[in-house]
Amino acid sequence: MAANTSLLGRIRLVLWGLVAIAAFVGGAIFLGHMQEAARQGASLPGAVRIGGDFELVDQNGDPYSSEALKGRPHAVFFGFTHCPDICPTTLFEMTKHLEALGPDADKLTVLFVTVDPARDTPAQLKTYLSAFDPRIVGLSGSAKQVADAASKYRIVAEKVATSDGSYTMNHTASVFLFDSSGTLVSTLNWEEPEETRHKKLQRLMQRS
Amino acid sequence: MLKLARRNFFLGAMFAIALTALAFAAAPKLTAEDAKHTHSGVMIEKAWTRATPPGAKVAGGFVTIMNHGKEADRLIGGSFALSQRVEVHEMTMTEGVMRMNEVKGGLEIAPGATVELKPGGYHLMFMELGGEPKVGTPVKGTLQFEKAGEVAVEFAVAPLGAKSLHGKGGDMPTGQDHGGHEMKHNH
Ligand SMILES: [Cu+2]
Repeated sequence: MAANTSLLGRIRLVLWGLVAIAAFVGGAIFLGHMQEAARQGASLPGAVRIGGDFELVDQNGDPYSSEALKGRPHAVFFGFTHCPDICPTTLFEMTKHLEALGPDADKLTVLFVTVDPARDTPAQLKTYLSAFDPRIVGLSGSAKQVADAASKYRIVAEKVATSDGSYTMNHTASVFLFDSSGTLVSTLNWEEPEETRHKKLQRLMQRS
Repeated sequence: MLKLARRNFFLGAMFAIALTALAFAAAPKLTAEDAKHTHSGVMIEKAWTRATPPGAKVAGGFVTIMNHGKEADRLIGGSFALSQRVEVHEMTMTEGVMRMNEVKGGLEIAPGATVELKPGGYHLMFMELGGEPKVGTPVKGTLQFEKAGEVAVEFAVAPLGAKSLHGKGGDMPTGQDHGGHEMKHNH
């Protein structure tokens, strides 16, 4: 009887082990599919609307509102100039993408919106953006204006204190791509290959 | 009793899988012949940073550290000739959100381990930049270790957007470990 139980027990253990492995493998495959879907630029779950009206100030100190985006495909991303890595890299990548798009690039509006308006004045944005494609529009504004725009684009922006009494920002790093009707069609991510991003932009220009 | 054994086995299996994955991820890929050796067995190579856009107040520093000693050491800070302060940071990306945090207490370099500070992960954060790093003009600095003390380094300056020391600006996708790959060409 005891031997029987332990045999059964052992079989159960093995079965549970197989279940664990299957779950792990299944999970990995599922994640892989999700990543693949994201890479292909599958549209995001439609429940949440991303984007909306805003009033901001461009790098020349002029008012800039969402009116300027009507009827134009646009790429929007948020960042700040006190950013060591992802923001300059994204701006650099966008500069290359605009060049690769050729004449189509003139039909695309690219917005870089600061999440740190206290330090990123229009003048600071203008200096910083001089290293990149001049068609990239840098946007700042009052804290309230920026917070309002960030919430409409569902941007996470968190201030984090550094030990020297200063701060840095955690923020959503994706580039949102909207077609000329203002519908979010895809996102560009920093980790995906340049070629994938280029194809997404080409597709955006084709449908606009 | 049986139930407990079953649960233990389940945990054990998950643990074994996780360990295997970790072992693969952490397998050392680097060899170092042009690297810098310190007394305690900490070796440093491929220190680099990037050219910054005008008006930038911060920059990221990257370096590969190997510990050939028998004791763990910790990277706790350093200096950079063009900045007021240097912190050790970690960047992470979760669901499209970039987060950056100071590595409190320093970054551990376990005995036998190779730790690569690189874009998108651990990095040195050069804060309050007083000058612009220029491509082709290395910048002097130091790394501060808990046990090995202060080690002098020279940071090579790669172009804006570079994802590795010798990659052209933005030429290579990240996540493919080009840093390690390039080191193999360096013999
Ligand atoms: Cu940092």
